[in-house]
This record gives sequence, C-alpha cells and structure tokens, in this order.
Amino acid sequence: MDLFSAHNITKHFSNHTALNKVSISVSEQSIFGLLGPNGAGKTTFLRIINQITAPDEGELFFSGKKLTPKHIEQIGYLPEERGLYKKMKVGEQALYLAQLKGINKKDAIKKLKYWFEKFEILTWWNRKVEELSKGMQQKVQFIITILHEPKLLIFDEPFSGFDPINVNLIKDEILKLRDNGSTIIFSTHNMASVEELCDHIALIDNSIKILDGKVKDIKKEYKSNTYEVVYTDFIGNLNSILDNNFKLLEQNQEDDLYKAKIKLPDETRPNDLLQNLMPHLVINSFNEIIPTMNDIFIAKVKKNIDAKYNNA
Amino acid sequence: MKKILLIIQREYLTRVKKRSFIIMTILGPVLMAALMIVPIYIAQLSDSEKKVIEILDETGIFFNKFTNTDNISFRHIFTDLQTAKNNFAESGDYALLYIPKTQIALPTTAILYSDIQPNINVKSYIKRVMVKEIEEQKLIININKLNLDHKDREIAMDIPNSIKTSINLSTIKITEEGYEEKTFTEVSMVLGIFSGILIYFFIFLFGAQVMRGVIEEKTSRIVEVIISSVKPFQLMMGKIIGIAFVGITQLLLWIVLTFSIVSIFQISFADKLPVKSTEILSTNNQLIPAEQLQTTNENTDEITQIFEAIYSINFGVMILSFLFYFLFGYLLYAALFAAVGSAVDSEADTQQFMLPITIPLIFAIIMAQFIIQNPEGPVSFWLSIIPLTSPIIMMVRIPFGVSNVEVILSMSLLVLGFLGTTWLAAKIYRTGILMYGKKVNYKELWKWLKY
Repeated sequence: MDLFSAHNITKHFSNHTALNKVSISVSEQSIFGLLGPNGAGKTTFLRIINQITAPDEGELFFSGKKLTPKHIEQIGYLPEERGLYKKMKVGEQALYLAQLKGINKKDAIKKLKYWFEKFEILTWWNRKVEELSKGMQQKVQFIITILHEPKLLIFDEPFSGFDPINVNLIKDEILKLRDNGSTIIFSTHNMASVEELCDHIALIDNSIKILDGKVKDIKKEYKSNTYEVVYTDFIGNLNSILDNNFKLLEQNQEDDLYKAKIKLPDETRPNDLLQNLMPHLVINSFNEIIPTMNDIFIAKVKKNIDAKYNNA
Repeated sequence: MKKILLIIQREYLTRVKKRSFIIMTILGPVLMAALMIVPIYIAQLSDSEKKVIEILDETGIFFNKFTNTDNISFRHIFTDLQTAKNNFAESGDYALLYIPKTQIALPTTAILYSDIQPNINVKSYIKRVMVKEIEEQKLIININKLNLDHKDREIAMDIPNSIKTSINLSTIKITEEGYEEKTFTEVSMVLGIFSGILIYFFIFLFGAQVMRGVIEEKTSRIVEVIISSVKPFQLMMGKIIGIAFVGITQLLLWIVLTFSIVSIFQISFADKLPVKSTEILSTNNQLIPAEQLQTTNENTDEITQIFEAIYSINFGVMILSFLFYFLFGYLLYAALFAAVGSAVDSEADTQQFMLPITIPLIFAIIMAQFIIQNPEGPVSFWLSIIPLTSPIIMMVRIPFGVSNVEVILSMSLLVLGFLGTTWLAAKIYRTGILMYGKKVNYKELWKWLKY
C-alpha cells in the first residue's frame, strides 16, 4: 500500500516552472530516492510534501487521505539548508525543536538522552552549538528529525557534511528505520548511496520526471548485455577471433592482463561468447557489466539536454 | 497554539537571560539617577582642597573684602606685579589675583594668574565679591550726591536688595468636567518629548532585535527546520510577541527602578538642603552667605515646584497610554522589521529596505518639537491619528491633555495598522525566509506580495 503519493504536482515561480506535472507514489516501509541535477526542482518538491510551499496544481495523499497540516507530526523533515541556533545550548535546543514537533517535554528528554547516547554526543548536551563541529551538528539535526518517530521521513541530501564513518552510521540508521516501519524519501547526488539504500527512485530533470521505477528494474532495463573479459595469452586485436555478431567495444592492457568489453546481440547468452573465446585465450574473469545508477543518471540527463537542444 | 507559546517562550527566555539585557536593565535607571545625583554630589565633594589666592590690589578698594571660605583663603601682598609673579611661582599658592590701578573710574578689570586653569567656582566667587564691592562703591558715590540724612541714607542703601523680585506664574487649566487643574506647560513639554523619544528609541531597539532574530534564523539555516513543524506566520508572530514581552519587562523594570531611585533621591535631597545652608551660616560671616542663602532658598522653591508639577501629571494615564503606544507602535513596526530581515541574507543588506521604515519614525520625532508648541493644531491631530506616526506624536500630546475621542480613534487605527502591516509582512516573510543568495529589490518584494 502507498503511504504517500503525489499526483500531477505543478509549481510555477514568477519566471520559471519548478515542477511540471510530477507524480510519485511511495509504498509503505520503503526507501524512495528522489534524484536529479541541481535546480531540477527536488527541493521545491520536498517543500511541497512538507507543506512549506503550496503547489499550484496537483494533489497529495498521505495514507490514502488528502495531506493536511495535521499530518505534519507524522512527517520528519531534514532540509538541505539546515542549521541550529548557534548561541543556544545543544540539549536545550534539541528539546525545543522536539517540542515544536508535538512531543511533550518528559518524553522528549527521555528520547533525546537515548539518541544522544547512541550517537555518542551526550557529553555535548550543555555545550553551545557554535562549539560543535559541523558533523556533530548534523547528528543533532538527524536526531531531531527522527525523534518523534514519524511515519514518513524526508531527507534532503542527508549525507552532505558527514565523514565516511558517520555516513555509514546514518546509512545504517536509515535502513533500521525502514525495517522498523518508517517510509523514507530522500534526495541526493550521492549515487552510491542510492544503490545501497533505495528500493525505488524517481529522476527529475528540469521540472519533469524523466525516470521512475524500482532500482532493480531500472538496472535490468539499462543492462545492455555487455560483458567484461579479463584474459592472458593472447596478443593482438580480438576482432580477429570474435564471431561477427559480437561487438568489441573496448580493448586495453593493464600490466600483463588484457581487458575487453564485448556487447552481445540481444537474446544471445554469455555462454556463446565464452565458447567463442575459450579456444584462443586464458580467461581470468568474466563479468556482466551492470550499469551503475551514476551511469544511468548521467545518460538520462544528457539525453534530456540533447533532446531539448534538438527541439530548439 | 501550543507551538506559538513555545516559540514565544524561547524568544523571551533567550533574550532575558542574555547578559546585555541584564546590564541594560540595571544601567538604564542607574544612568538616569546618576544624571541627577552625581553633579550635586560632585559639587559638594570636589572642592575639599584648601586653596590660597594671593591678592595684589593696586586700587586698595578690596582690602579685606575677600573673605575666606571653606576652601579658599585670601592673602594680600604689597609688591609690584613682577616680584609678585616671581614669588607666586615659588609659593605653590593656587592663584594670583591682580587688580590694576585705574586713573579715574572704579576698576572693572582684574587678572587671575595661575599655573593651572582656575576652577569655575573660584572665578565666580571672585567676580561676585568684586561686583558687589564696586556696586556698593557706586551706590555710595550716587547717594553722596543726594545729601541725605542718616535715616534716608540707610533706606537708600537698601534699595538694591529691596527691589529684587522673582515671579511665579502658575497656569490653571479648566477641564471639560469643570474642574480646575494646575498645569505646568514646561513639564508637559519635557514629558511629551521624553516619552516620544522613548517610544522612538524602543521601536528601533526592539524592532531591530526582531530583524536580527529573523536574519539569525535565516543565516544559521534553522528556519526551514522550524517551519517544517510550524507555519511561518506562527514563527514570525512568536518572535514578535516574545520580543514584545522582553520590551515590556525591561520597561516595567525601568519604571520601577527609576521611581524607587527618584524617591530615595528625593528623601536624601530634602535632607541635604538645610544642612548645606546651615553649614554656610555657621562657617562664614554675614555678607555673602546671606546672599547665597537667598539663592538656595530660591532653588528649593523651584525644586518643590518641579515636584509639584511632576505630581500634577496623571502618571496612571501616562504609563497606561505609554504602554499601549509602545506595544502597538512596536508591533506595527516589528512586522515590517521582520519582513526586512526575511528579505536579506545579512544585516549589511538591510539598508535599502530600512528607509521606508525609518522615514516615518524620524519624521515623527522631528515633528515632535513643533507639536509641543501647538499640541492642538491640525498637524498635531493628523499625525497623532495616522498609525505610522501616532505612537510617537500621540505620546507627545498626551501630557497636554487630549480628548478621549481622539485617543480612542488613534488607538483603534493603530491596532488596525498593526493588523495591516502584519498581514503584508507575513506575505513577504514566508517567501523571503526560504530565499538564499538572491539579491532582492523592491520589484522582487512586490512579486512576493502577490504569490
């Protein structure tokens, strides 16, 4: 069942369109990645979900019901532009922000202590925010976002400003949150994290959604039946031994190993290629080349730009 | 509603707990009290050092006329000026008074030689003695021409003293209800201007705090975190109201502290006066102290009169209307200050938007000095009705007495004005707080109003 869905969301600003009929649906207990180059409209979309900005057209639904301000307490939002009051003490501030989310003071203190301890920042409770490193501030912000145990969590670039250790900490927490029942939407440029975390993605470019689907399916769709062979004991152009229907894309040498990328015609099995190669050389490894999200992202956005130029 | 209370609470507590707030709260009344008390205290204490003044009087008129006081003693010397000057340098005395010989008329010049700048009290004392002596000499010369007998002569000698007069003009206002009220125009003027300036000062002080608070939230990037849980309008109003409470707290503390300091001052002041005059009486001989006593008596009269005037003012009405105009004047402008804060990225960029806010306030404070001269005129009326200027101008007028109808009209328009500016500012605010790194101009603001 979908926890959240948006239908044909359109938002115009005075001189440009930020979103043009964007629809997404996010199923319960999944992680949804919202991708797109800078300025594509991701942040505007997330602000609309948080009811910070109102859409010009379109409808939003939360658990099947129309999204209203009373849903705010079931949503946690970590904006891209985030910060804390610099002069305020960390604990006091976390408590304030937690209370604004509707948690009563007693519960808030209990929960904050638990999370502060877990993230190893309890000793900072009475320090001023300006004394904290950026990474620690991010931890505090992350805690505040998830503290009220919202059903829907929205992270805008959650990993910016973290070192690799803390990125992993946050990643683990996000996965745990999902496993415990939360639904998560997050936007990022970090494609590696998309592959690790997301069940489902949507790619927005230039205010329009250009790709949408399960990460698994998208990857399958973008597979081009291409394989990488690493071999030895053969010098010279592979084309001289390859059957005509195999297409050599790339061939190069690294130390005493040779590498080649070969594309197979559709409906051809890799076994055929192996049979073709085996008599001539020694195979060290043989892999299918699966496109990374990064490749798909770049390919899609580039194609979109090209199409725009051609139209113009 | 619970959330806006939380915001108000945070805005209030973070400011009240600040060291600068505590310092300002204590410093304000202390400074005011110091302005009143310190000069008197200093005047009493500073002259404790004994000063010796040498007198070289070539005319001989002033021999033994300079009487020693508590801290000045006089010594006549009889040499020529050059030797006197040479000796003076070695003597370590305070000053050397040289009265040159004149041919026909009485002397009108004298020179005071000193190695430091002689203080004003010494100079005025010397002047006073000389003027008195020469006036008496002149009087004697004139009386001698009249050939009077002994009794008439004494009467004539007393003429200068007996004609000294001072007039007390008190004004009484007949109120609508037919009561008579003693009025003190000068006190009303001072009070009017003072409250006008205070309101002006408070609007700027606390309005700027609102603006700075908004900028702080914007630059620290916490604003989006907060407005994901509350509406931008709630955040803005919470801040404005929270700071209003800070202002009221400070104001009430100032009123209480100033009143208590003034009453303490009043008691000690009343004690000091007789002490001072008796001291003069006991330590000095007849001529000058008698005169001084007279002036101190005049002073006491003036002081009691000022106190009477101060008590004639209806402080209940003054304080209540001050609180109202302070509060709503602040609220009216605070929303605008918040809008300005939301439109910029740093305090340095606020200049261009501050102008439309500061112009009506500065205009009002400039007009205030004309208003006090004609508090009932049409300009006064209109400026005290229009919401942008009314908080200052009405406060200037109120000590002179303003009809209830006008006050109510002005107050209701001010409340409407506050609702208007807040509505307008909220529209700019909710867009502005999410805009970063964009150079905003008035055209842009106009667009935001229409979103």
